[in-house]
Amino acid sequence: MKFLTEYRDVEAAQRLAADIGRIVTRPWAIMEVCGGQTHSIIRNGIDQLLPEGVEMIHGPGCPVCVTPLEMIDRALAIAARPEVIFCSFGDMLRVPGSRDNLFKVKGAGGDVRVVYSPLDALKLARQNPDREVVFLAIGFETTAPANAMAVKLAHEQGLRNFSALVSHVLVPPAIRAIMRSPGNRVQAFLAAGHVCSVMGSWQYPPIADEFRVPIVITGFEPLDLLEGIRRTVLQLENGRAEVENAYPRVVTEQGNVVAQDVIERVFEPTDRAWRGIGVIPASGWKLRDAYRDFDAELKFNVSGIKTSESPLCRSGDVLRGVLKPHQCPAFGKECTPRNPLGATMVSSEGACAAYYNYGRIVQINACRLDDGQCVVPHITPSAP
Amino acid sequence: MTDIRPAIDFANFTCPLPLRDYPHVILGHGGGGALSRELIENVFLPAFRNPLLDRLGDSAVVTVDGARLAFSTDSYVVRPLFFPGGSIGDLAVNGTVNDLAMSGARPLFLSAGFIIEEGFPISQLAAIAGQMAAAAREAGVVIVTGDTKVVERGHGDGCYINTSGIGVVAADVLLGSQPIQPGDAVIVSGTIGDHGMAIMSVREGLEFDAPISSDTAALHVLVAAMLAVCPEIRLLRDPTRGGVATSLNEIASLAACGIEIDEARVPVTPVVASACEILGLDPLLVANEGKLLAIVPGDAAADLIAVMRADRRGQRAEIIGRVIAGHPGMVVMKTPFGAMRVVPMPIGEHLPRIC
Repeated sequence: MKFLTEYRDVEAAQRLAADIGRIVTRPWAIMEVCGGQTHSIIRNGIDQLLPEGVEMIHGPGCPVCVTPLEMIDRALAIAARPEVIFCSFGDMLRVPGSRDNLFKVKGAGGDVRVVYSPLDALKLARQNPDREVVFLAIGFETTAPANAMAVKLAHEQGLRNFSALVSHVLVPPAIRAIMRSPGNRVQAFLAAGHVCSVMGSWQYPPIADEFRVPIVITGFEPLDLLEGIRRTVLQLENGRAEVENAYPRVVTEQGNVVAQDVIERVFEPTDRAWRGIGVIPASGWKLRDAYRDFDAELKFNVSGIKTSESPLCRSGDVLRGVLKPHQCPAFGKECTPRNPLGATMVSSEGACAAYYNYGRIVQINACRLDDGQCVVPHITPSAP
Repeated sequence: MTDIRPAIDFANFTCPLPLRDYPHVILGHGGGGALSRELIENVFLPAFRNPLLDRLGDSAVVTVDGARLAFSTDSYVVRPLFFPGGSIGDLAVNGTVNDLAMSGARPLFLSAGFIIEEGFPISQLAAIAGQMAAAAREAGVVIVTGDTKVVERGHGDGCYINTSGIGVVAADVLLGSQPIQPGDAVIVSGTIGDHGMAIMSVREGLEFDAPISSDTAALHVLVAAMLAVCPEIRLLRDPTRGGVATSLNEIASLAACGIEIDEARVPVTPVVASACEILGLDPLLVANEGKLLAIVPGDAAADLIAVMRADRRGQRAEIIGRVIAGHPGMVVMKTPFGAMRVVPMPIGEHLPRIC
């Protein structure tokens, strides 16, 4: 696989990990913002290669995790309507609302479909003129251009039976909110490479300056991640707080201006609730008034649906890096990947789900040490 | 683990365990993972319970008048009906033949039941029947009985097929009677994920320079060759829906042993690996229709690999891991970077990731 295998070279990875080990002189807490990075770190075991003291905090960059409960409940209400074909990215289907998830709505007769692109939803709208096709437009700046384009095309083509339930969120306001939150432990950020491929790197220097925090734009492959971490640690050790681009094969300073233009035409900034964190000012995008006919929230009058999170779930503290997943009283007990209370346990990218599996690894290592005598608190031995 | 949600109140329901929070069947119940297992354990086993069924193997082995017979059934609902490398007809024959082969049986007879939707083109039905006949010829089995039902338009999806199969298990086949133990090797007969990605690439309209073909194939000849060189093979499984990860988790839990696999040794073709990258899927969770997993004595593994590679169905066979005493019931994988991660039992449908 050209452009992938060269970023998965084992020896180069070990060299980079050793480099980091040589640089580091004291403990550092680094947050990778993007869920895709968390996934790659867990999948490849990058965190296990790092020297002791370099701690990765899994940030709120998984759109599945941060989409607020009430938005899920609104989606479920729309998806249950008989005239609706409800389209969503695959991993949203299992995310629990306050009572159901999209899988259950589908099982009970709702027409819920997994699509890979909002343009597929547009095609469905064209093919089914007597049905209402609704697309759940979630995600960060990465998915926004295609979602904006779908709405723009629907407008141009007069597709009145297409609408989008928009719950877009943005990275820079989230970084600011984390830095301002009481008890924050994050000392540096790996910024999300794909978000920056769209938006460019120009948004980040003001943040690095304001909070004196290193920000390294980082890719997703093992070598990308290790190089991003190496540069971050180097900055921390040297007392620098700059924006560096460790993903130059994809990210430029100005970003994808065509995509930014489509976003700008279709969306405008809005306050957005993040699951488990709360409302962050100007942290999301919503449809501009010119596109209000394509706003599913208005079309199906679901704005009145308000829901609160489970009181047991402390995913907000986890997302802010204040609480480690296994320190949550519900972790592995009321809350497992099989029966998730909060979204951080749902997505494979979610910090709690990742920890749940990682915790099982801890158990394995304990088994090895104690020759089968293995007692690790908080962790259930059964499969999720 | 406490379940804080209310149990479902079924009238006259004899289920010993609460059916969690699913009052309706969801797609994940058919995904082959933990949800499928839950449905079987909560609904079907309590109703049908008997020692033969309780083993939950790919097929049941029964003794009738001294003869050991393997008996299995499977239903085929694949969409699209025709895909690169095969069709629903190929799957319907090879899938059931393989379920029998995993018991070490020589497959002999199949039944074929068709559920056809009103309006389905006869020409397509004939094409499917022709492909079933060809697959049966190649596998050396005979379709000896059948059934046809037509459902109203909108009540089916073109054509569903059920096949059941009977085979004989030779007296000297020990498969299933030898306990899995630490030190045993885990073998896969070839590249994984080909079938599932062939289907996905058609569904998603992905085009690759080299198209991905389904690996649908009958494996009983390969199994016979393996048993001839190593009668002590502990267990065979065909990792169909739910993929290798599901089968390995089932084996680990069945044997109450741990399984450790080495990611670098798991064979995946570059095109399947690329397609999985693009679609956000994990090859370990993708379906296969012509591959088997074997748990074999560690000291016999090298000889088995040689025999398997001599057969065209096992050309890319590899030892991918081993059975260990630690962490019973769990599957872990050594990443190429030397780290360890858990390969969890998938819960329901394998969902593509958003980013």
